[in-house]
Amino acid sequence: MVEKPQFSSYYGRAVVKAPPWGDEIAAYLFLGGLAGGSSLLSLGAQVTGSRTLQRNARLTALGAVGLGTVALVHDLGRPERFLYMLRTFKITSPMSVGSWVLTSFSTGAGVTAAVEVDRLTSQRLPLGPLRPVLYALEGPAEAQTALLAAPLCSYTGPLLSNTAVPTWNAARDELPFVFVSSAALAASGAALVSTPVRDTQPARALSALAAVGDVISMKLMKQRMHPAEAEPLQTGAPGTMLKWAERLAVGGAAGAVLLGRYRAPAVASGALMMGASALTRIGILRAGIASARDPRHTIEPQKARLQARQADGVVHDSITTAG
Amino acid sequence: MKSLTEDTRLSAEAYAERAGTRKAFFTDTSICIGCKACEVACKEWNRNPQDGNLEVLGSSYDNTGELGANTWRHVAFVEQDKDRIEKARESGRKLVNLGIPSVGPPSQGGPGPAGAGQNGTAPPDTAEFRWLMSSDVCKHCTHAGCLDVCPTGALFRTEYGTVKVQEDICNGCGTCVGGCPFGVIERRDEGIIRAKTERAQSQYAQEIPNPGTANKCTFCYDRLVDGQTPACAQTCPTTSIKFGDREDMVEQARQRVAELHKQGMTEARLYGANPNDGVGGTGSVFLLLDEPEVYGLPPDPRVPTKDLPRMYKQAVMAASGMIAAVGLSFVLGARR
Ligand code: SF4
Ligand code: SF4
Ligand code: SF4
Repeated sequence: MVEKPQFSSYYGRAVVKAPPWGDEIAAYLFLGGLAGGSSLLSLGAQVTGSRTLQRNARLTALGAVGLGTVALVHDLGRPERFLYMLRTFKITSPMSVGSWVLTSFSTGAGVTAAVEVDRLTSQRLPLGPLRPVLYALEGPAEAQTALLAAPLCSYTGPLLSNTAVPTWNAARDELPFVFVSSAALAASGAALVSTPVRDTQPARALSALAAVGDVISMKLMKQRMHPAEAEPLQTGAPGTMLKWAERLAVGGAAGAVLLGRYRAPAVASGALMMGASALTRIGILRAGIASARDPRHTIEPQKARLQARQADGVVHDSITTAG
Repeated sequence: MKSLTEDTRLSAEAYAERAGTRKAFFTDTSICIGCKACEVACKEWNRNPQDGNLEVLGSSYDNTGELGANTWRHVAFVEQDKDRIEKARESGRKLVNLGIPSVGPPSQGGPGPAGAGQNGTAPPDTAEFRWLMSSDVCKHCTHAGCLDVCPTGALFRTEYGTVKVQEDICNGCGTCVGGCPFGVIERRDEGIIRAKTERAQSQYAQEIPNPGTANKCTFCYDRLVDGQTPACAQTCPTTSIKFGDREDMVEQARQRVAELHKQGMTEARLYGANPNDGVGGTGSVFLLLDEPEVYGLPPDPRVPTKDLPRMYKQAVMAASGMIAAVGLSFVLGARR
């Protein structure tokens, strides 16, 4: 039988430390997802010949990824060394993998957005002889962003989970699903805000799928955790944020599906869904930081899993040994 | 995908003839007197800035608090009454009964290693009360979470098998802070997240080296290359902190724990000596007299990288799902 774990700690002090990641990182998670999702929408719009949606999604993608990168760099301890992220490639580091994905994605998004701006301004960008080059690159750039868009949305799962932060680590199986759902929600929301209703039917359909994915993956994620790991997602300010994120997601998606044919409700629903995505990111970021601060979230689950293994007769892998 | 945790043999091979034997600490907390000489020696040698506001923390004689960017040795003080002593003894006995293995039977012959006996420096414990003191430090893990997740390559495995930050490479992304299962490494910065760094510096103002970068115990790399002993181990007056080749350290640790068990101190146990644990064994082995969490150590640490292949698999599945969902949306959206 597994004994109920007794909890003792060193004067209530933390056992693990959360990374020094402020709300800039939550903003980056949101914006990166928005950019990736928008890029997929722009590809779909290209295939189905929906020009306005394609243009708006491309501009959103570049704007979001640009702002997101600024947020990311700003949160570094030594921002002037940002480019050191690219001095090596390490598969063991989701931060390294993500830096390469982000940089390559941004390059592609920059090209496609430049083409759109040039078209919008009737070719008034001071490009000179480079204009044909830019337009020739449009196709490959679109392909590049489309290829990296989904990874840009999902790598942030391993980024948070590949840590000793109890709640993030315990979320490792479901977090990528939460994050891609949230990204799709944000991108379809942005499309509803930016694009006239005759071009947004796909975005409305996506908002419904995204909201369903968001709610289900979040539920599963909490369910599969040890109660002490799930608690920070349900209590305190992060708990409140995540509760509201779910309400906004469901409300926004319902609005998009039912009233998305009318411009004003479509814009409102889109805004709600973007808000939902932002709240999800900041809630999960802060819940993890809270879980690292209180040693209970670290010690209780670890003791429980150790005792469960020992009850199953697995005694070779304990860090504490009798001799 | 195969395992992504580091194969330390390959890391050692990379150094070719420069590779030394893996170095380690054995910290025998049963003879620690809590003098904090190690904390002071480490601060002085590494010129580490002040931590906190020189407050009394209300945790026995520990006013240091915890390991962090500016504190690379931390002496923990725990006061225990009869009840707790009995419980510790009982939990130690349970470990023995569970058959939690030693790495092999302790080799016979000879008394314990130098300085290991009751040499009169340990505080007088009574049946009613005891003080636990333990000098904590970076574990220099076999599978180091901090090193694995560092995107710049600032963290690296040295030729002594230890883990070190290159301060001129680190860009302060902070990923390593979350990657460490022991809460050791930290970014050296002024109060962005944590209240503790909102310190009034005026009176004790000093220059802060390497601001904005991750900092932790270097295992006195600068001393090792000169054939010197790390400052903390050299200064320790009771030899509670022992330094040497890892194999010898583990061997000494096992002899010492066997000796204590013979004296009836079943509460003695080792922490970090097992190569099969969640971090592949540590380069800082401890002899503890109670459960690890009593000292602020995690009871079942696991390097997150062990699960990374699965995390990547989930991320790829999620990404595919997202592409499918967008595709489906355009099919559904086109029919209207
Ligand atoms: S204890 Fe933490 S900081 Fe030290 S080597 Fe292990 S993972 Fe890195
Ligand atoms: S803070 Fe520095 S040492 Fe830590 S992961 Fe980032 S670059 Fe590497
Ligand atoms: S080995 Fe050196 S850096 Fe590490 S704790 Fe000891 S004195 Fe400090």
